[in-house]
Amino acid sequence: MAVDIVVCVKQVLDPEMPPSAFRIDADNKRFIPPQGIPPVVNGFDENAIEAALRIKESVGGKITVVSVGNNFQIDVMKKPLSMGADELILIQGDEFELLDSIGTAHVLAAALKKVESYQIVLCGRQASDWDNAQVPLVLAELLDLPSVTIAQKIDVGDNGLVTIQRAIQDGYEVIQGELPILVTVSNELGEPRYPTLRGIMAAARKTPLIFGVDDLDVQISDLEKKLHIEELFVPEKVSQCEIISGDNDSDAGRKLALKLREEKII
Amino acid sequence: MSGILILGEIAENVVLPSTFEVIAAARELSGDLNEEVVVCLVGKNVKGLADGLIKGGADKVYVGENEHLETFQQEVYLAAFERICKEIQPSIILASKTDKISQIAPRLAFRLGVGLAQDCLALSVDSDSKNLKATRPVFGGNANAVIIFNGSTPCFATVRTKVFEPLNQDTSRSGAIIEVDLSIDKSIIKTKLVETVKEKVEGIRLEAAPIVIAGGRGLGGPDPFKQLEELAKLLGGAMGASRAACDAGWLDHSYQVGLTGKTVTPNLYLAVAISGASQHMAGCSASKNIVAINKDADANIFKDARYGVTGDWKTVLPAFIETVKELIND
Repeated sequence: MAVDIVVCVKQVLDPEMPPSAFRIDADNKRFIPPQGIPPVVNGFDENAIEAALRIKESVGGKITVVSVGNNFQIDVMKKPLSMGADELILIQGDEFELLDSIGTAHVLAAALKKVESYQIVLCGRQASDWDNAQVPLVLAELLDLPSVTIAQKIDVGDNGLVTIQRAIQDGYEVIQGELPILVTVSNELGEPRYPTLRGIMAAARKTPLIFGVDDLDVQISDLEKKLHIEELFVPEKVSQCEIISGDNDSDAGRKLALKLREEKII
Repeated sequence: MSGILILGEIAENVVLPSTFEVIAAARELSGDLNEEVVVCLVGKNVKGLADGLIKGGADKVYVGENEHLETFQQEVYLAAFERICKEIQPSIILASKTDKISQIAPRLAFRLGVGLAQDCLALSVDSDSKNLKATRPVFGGNANAVIIFNGSTPCFATVRTKVFEPLNQDTSRSGAIIEVDLSIDKSIIKTKLVETVKEKVEGIRLEAAPIVIAGGRGLGGPDPFKQLEELAKLLGGAMGASRAACDAGWLDHSYQVGLTGKTVTPNLYLAVAISGASQHMAGCSASKNIVAINKDADANIFKDARYGVTGDWKTVLPAFIETVKELIND
């Protein structure tokens, strides 16, 4: 049984940027995009794309990728297409820059009305910028869908039964639910595939559907922030590290062990 | 609208330590706000656990019993907490950001028409406005955001586990235990737990280990982890790894320490070839002694480390292990 899948993704600042490149705008309570380091598709969202591709390979169906934001870099946002997704919908507008989780979920819910058919909604477990882990579950509320979080494996059966392994601290749970369903995906699913040359060429030929706030059925009141950030700051860390040195690396290793014994740490 | 309501959590008919951590956090606020600390506990047979919550710092406990609450089922627990929150109408709702609470808290906040501050490290009361403030890490812990609740109630926050210390049990404390009637409509159940598969652990569990020897991307492959494992065994500890090492397939994700992996608080956390990204430190920064071996003197890990060696682990580590063996045999 083929299933159509929507994957919700977010463009984020590259979390792998060197710590020295990380800057915040304390006055406006936002992150400053680093010079020369392009944004990326949120890592867990790439895991969700990978999950969608595996489902498609197993049972067939169409994968539509949806994102809400502003200042999209089209080449970055096309990565899911080059991995093998079928269609990309970008909801773009300055009013989306500082949406909170509930506002974002409202816009996504409205955007999903533009998608002809879907039985599974996949999201990354959280976005690496604000680490809120709320949009997927609020979206599930708005769409009236059951949800399963932190999936490491998703199997879709012939009968519309979905079996999900969800990662927990000391192993995994096996959860079953019926289509339609929303699932959040975690990195335990495995590394997302690299785009192939053929995939990149196919993605280059595709044009994303771009909509603005006026194209969607959203109430401006739904976009009002529920929480207010009073302060955004980088916590001060004063290094108190005692560097153990020696005649060479080997000697330093030996002295480290002796130091830890002296301090009764080992 | 009054009281600080805590969503309590049990496992195998024992209240989780994380619930007592939240009670401790709420007690600190209760003085400033002049609000009582109320815990709600739902399950099949939980009344007997209420007294322990009072002794642990709660003023009042609501218990909701129903046979469908015997084990955690997300839709049922969500409905039970929603019902209790709407009935009690607290001014603040707090819960520990455990795996189970994380499955329902955003939905619960939405149903109550409020925002949710997730994974908070600190809670305080604004001295002028008396509004609740919550500090939460963002961007993998690279920055902190202070959220101020200045609108609709209840204010709803989840707090990170192992940040607050539970209070000592005070046997002289007493308080009201109130039963809530919870009828559960089984038709709301949409997902079913079929089985729980626990990883096989040889030796000590990572989260409980007094010593953790962890390796990162800088090890370059799976083989060096054998040395880390040997050292962990020598010292009676457990082995851990950064997410990068697990994602690369060098080790199973059960070894992953960090924001989205395990949180460890050992006496010694030895980080070998781990750069110390905030996302990793979120899982180990509460360790008593962080010790780093890294060839990059500017690596972030040295900001958190108590002791460190700047050198190539390929030479430092074998010498370290040999010396540990000598010390043990002495």
